[in-house]
Amino acid sequence: MAMKMRTKTANGETEIMVLIDHPMETGQRVDPKTKEKIPPHFIQKLTFSVNGKEVAVADLGVAVSRDPLIKIKVKNAKPGDKVKVAWSDNKGETGEKEIAVS
Amino acid sequence: MRSARSRALRGLLVGAALVGVLPTLGAHADPAQDLKQFREYFKKKFPTVRFHNYASGFYALPGMDDYRSQWEAFNEFPPYEIGLDAGRREWETPFKNGKTYASCFVNGGKNIAQHYPYWHEATRQVRTAEMDLIDCVKHNGEERAFTTADLSKDTRARVQLANLTAAFYELSQGQRVEIDLSAPGAVAAYEEGKRFWWSRRGQLNFSCANCHMDLAGKNLGGNQPLSAALGHPVGWPAYRTVWGQLETIHQRYATCNSQVRAKPLKQGSATYNNLQLYETYLSSGLPLSAPSVRN
Amino acid sequence: MTNPNRRFFLKGAVASAVAVFAAAAGWISPRRAAAAEWPRDAYAAKTVEEALKNLYGSSAAVASPEVKIRAPLQAENGAVVPVSVSTNLPDVQSISVLVEKNAAPLAAHLNLTPSAVPYFSANIKLGATSDVHFIVKSGGKLYRAKQLVKVTVGGCGG
Repeated sequence: MAMKMRTKTANGETEIMVLIDHPMETGQRVDPKTKEKIPPHFIQKLTFSVNGKEVAVADLGVAVSRDPLIKIKVKNAKPGDKVKVAWSDNKGETGEKEIAVS
Repeated sequence: MRSARSRALRGLLVGAALVGVLPTLGAHADPAQDLKQFREYFKKKFPTVRFHNYASGFYALPGMDDYRSQWEAFNEFPPYEIGLDAGRREWETPFKNGKTYASCFVNGGKNIAQHYPYWHEATRQVRTAEMDLIDCVKHNGEERAFTTADLSKDTRARVQLANLTAAFYELSQGQRVEIDLSAPGAVAAYEEGKRFWWSRRGQLNFSCANCHMDLAGKNLGGNQPLSAALGHPVGWPAYRTVWGQLETIHQRYATCNSQVRAKPLKQGSATYNNLQLYETYLSSGLPLSAPSVRN
Repeated sequence: MTNPNRRFFLKGAVASAVAVFAAAAGWISPRRAAAAEWPRDAYAAKTVEEALKNLYGSSAAVASPEVKIRAPLQAENGAVVPVSVSTNLPDVQSISVLVEKNAAPLAAHLNLTPSAVPYFSANIKLGATSDVHFIVKSGGKLYRAKQLVKVTVGGCGG
């Protein structure tokens, strides 16, 4: 699943924005063709790290929108610092991406 | 920039197949006069909305502050970035013969989208960016899902085309719409589009004008007010949150026709091409904002 | 890439047993153990109170103007509602977002280390018009703010 990340620094705080291509199925939606409920498929965990050190962990549920856009902020990040986001979902699928603070 | 415009109009189609019958000209066709009246209509209807803000779609209309701030939140990191990335990759990836999409277009495809759709004299038809992109693939001896599938039915193929078209429009972002109607055939196609625009259709018996002029800014009992026609096309291909993906403007025409319970027409149909020509001409002077989040 | 957290995605007792064992073994710090397991029960809870009890051991949260929220008055589309919360309260350990009228109110929560600024933003789904609650755990205490977000359907918005 594709992932995009962006950073934005203002007033000593760096906002980390991550956009992930993911269906975030709740398990309640009915497939119009099969008439069966589409099983839940959603990101459960997002781990944010800066320069290899974990700064925050987000737990998500099915009420987070499709193609989740999650934003957090960190202190004292400098241009060039490595920001990594790793995610895992309820089916065991994972993804990760690293960018440099702009 | 007349010469550049003429070059753009030559497009890339080879062969001179005559398509259909030459439409009859409207007796007093005067697009420039239509344009003047159209702009005056909206200036009078929404005196506080500045002309260039219409490029934002209905988020520019009065009373839309709450929706606009949600839209601005989306724009900080637009949801269509993933689809747009796929489109950018497609645009940049060379064909097997080593050429890229850029080679099919005047100026490498940069700063030309503001002239689309255009009247192509050689084939006597209106051509859209989608059509030129499809033909670019064929011209280079290749196929894609969007060059072979029925785009009215195959969502995946159509979204693939929408992503690519979005990447193409992105190269002209900010350029002001400028449509050449100097050819008689162009004016005839414009008049066809105009006829469609003003005709009532569907069980709900609405014309485009009823909703997007008379009722622009008003809510028809749902969750969204109707958009103003001024600025309609400049945000397309667009991402609607209900779709969760970029889509073509013809898909919006089709779904809108369905919403008034009229029969939706096919992607790439001459009727929608002509409608798109009419609508886009009426947005002359507005800056392209595609791709964008729209309603 | 194997997900080292996978072993914690087990049902009920087995998962807690593994977490307890790992903590006892000393190679996972208490804070990491708390973050490692996805709180299944909290996300399955059917009320705001139940979800908070599950997540924090208590639902006693004090209404506070220090919890600053950004949420629309009316969602353009209930499936994608951008919300964010920030605060200047000290020592913020976690932030949660709950949608009262959703079948399972807990939408998302963020576990922060001291390197993170107390701020969290996400696009969330609202099934219907509902209060959206934002909970901040600061210095071991819970603070809350809420806002009603309206959701309507139909019309040309689809």
